[in-house]
Amino acid sequence: METTDSLDALRLLPLGDAAWTVEFGARIDPALHGRVLGLLEAAERIRKEDAFAGIVDLVPTFRSLTVCYDPLLCDGERLGQTLLSLARTTGAVRRDGRHWHLPVCFDDDFAPDLDDLAQTKGLSRETVIERLLGATFRVYMIGFMPGFPYMGGLPEALEMPRLKSPRKAVPARSLAVAGAMCAVYPWESPGGWRLLGRTPIPLFSARDALSPALLTSGDRVSWRAVGRDEFTDLEAAASSGGLKRDSLLIGENPS
Amino acid sequence: MNGLVEISDPGIANSLQDLGRVGYRHMGIAVSGCLDPLLARCANALVGNPSGCACIEVRAAGPALTVRQGRVRVALTGALTATLVRSGGDERDVPPWQSVSLDPGDALRVGFAAGGAAYVAISGGFETPLQLGSRSTYRRAEIGEPVALGMRIPCAALPHKGAHEYSACPWRHDEGPIRVMLGPQDDHFKPEAIAVLLSGDYAVTAQSDRMGMRLEGPALAHLTPASADIVSDGTTLGAIQVPGNGLPIILLADCQTAGGYPKIATVIGADLPRLAQLRPGQSIRFLAIDAREARQALQALETRWKWWAYGVVHGMPGAEIDKDWRAGWPLYQDGWCQDE
Repeated sequence: METTDSLDALRLLPLGDAAWTVEFGARIDPALHGRVLGLLEAAERIRKEDAFAGIVDLVPTFRSLTVCYDPLLCDGERLGQTLLSLARTTGAVRRDGRHWHLPVCFDDDFAPDLDDLAQTKGLSRETVIERLLGATFRVYMIGFMPGFPYMGGLPEALEMPRLKSPRKAVPARSLAVAGAMCAVYPWESPGGWRLLGRTPIPLFSARDALSPALLTSGDRVSWRAVGRDEFTDLEAAASSGGLKRDSLLIGENPS
Repeated sequence: MNGLVEISDPGIANSLQDLGRVGYRHMGIAVSGCLDPLLARCANALVGNPSGCACIEVRAAGPALTVRQGRVRVALTGALTATLVRSGGDERDVPPWQSVSLDPGDALRVGFAAGGAAYVAISGGFETPLQLGSRSTYRRAEIGEPVALGMRIPCAALPHKGAHEYSACPWRHDEGPIRVMLGPQDDHFKPEAIAVLLSGDYAVTAQSDRMGMRLEGPALAHLTPASADIVSDGTTLGAIQVPGNGLPIILLADCQTAGGYPKIATVIGADLPRLAQLRPGQSIRFLAIDAREARQALQALETRWKWWAYGVVHGMPGAEIDKDWRAGWPLYQDGWCQDE
């Protein structure tokens, strides 16, 4: 059933004259994401084996793979057809990553949209927080900006669309939701997601050259509430480099 | 010997840019690079560099550089001029589209970018450390270095004193509407929204930066209110995303790698540099073309760039720059730089 559904929804969409988006569907769904990762691996092989394929960037998302190419180096039309036939024939891939337990503070100045979301959904502020803390989120992709994790798993009762007019500046490390997704803004940035809290943990550190992003596709994240004092302490520890990433994991012994 | 320059005034919002940081978009890292790669390639050609060398991109008040070591060559492109202050105190104007050589102690005070993005190139390029394969500044993520006071940047020194200078006609961008390809989410809009995009007059707003350019004009109606949101998918330079308020935002070099607003159309590669020359208040119109036409436009642009580069004249003796650059040098007499 699942496979048939994905195949029916398969589309090749032009993203200008230098990129294709191969779309498997429009949902946030682990099965769909598995097919994206399958095509990603196939496209990575082409890039490695054929220097003239012209592929310059591969961007997996929840439900699609964007393939950026050099239009002067390759025949874009032919590349698109190759991707489409690979998408039909390539199987799904599953990645199971680590489980993070990340602190979040819900103080008013960190959570400008919390009351509004609660009111719109007819829930109390406490219930919204409780639902957030009870959920386990799955990291589908890193995108939008360095280290920005797109996570699925938001309880349906908390789903709301993005703001109609995006904010010009969302503070760094804001915990945000939009639709069925949850994310953290690693940097101050314009953004239209609803801000429900803030984490003291940096999601991206250029100092860590090998894995600058804290989270990767396939990781899971649970949240725990912290007060302002603990938030400040953790923030200070993180910025001085005194916070070990491993201490934030569940079910793994810190090495 | 290596050259060395020091930033003696950082100016405002200047950044180091090359042709971008490709291959890292899956980590959420923007491509960055020059907003107008054509003008940057011209600037590099005018100091004898390959196209990929890092330049300073000037979009407001330019920086001031003081040479600390070696004889170096610089050139400006775009609507930008500078003042050359020799170590002895003599001053003269430096126009764009020709190189000038500086000795230790000489300073170049770059003026204000009067049009869109303008570039300062230096012999050998501004050799800040490479980060993830590029020297491009990506300020939002603190990748690459900002142009800061006192910063010392290595470059290449010229081998001898008698170096000649380079000059060329100003590059002219194509004119007419900005060409787009519809999609990838044109089906999230009412059919009339496509017609509005392609016939409406839009204006660039002041809410524009290296990440994106917000436009003002007729709102574009989504098919249903729910169509204004998509499950985030890949974005790229030139993608025209339309949030719930119906006003388009064109994504630029520092744009996010994925986003959740539907993209009604995408500006073709050949016209991306032209976007960098639009200033707040200027109007912008769009024309839809197909993939074949987009490819032809890009090939035509590359051909035109080659023609421009063949036209770079290498020969004015370096000392001439300190005399009146129009007198006694036939290339610069009025009427030489004609339209094609």
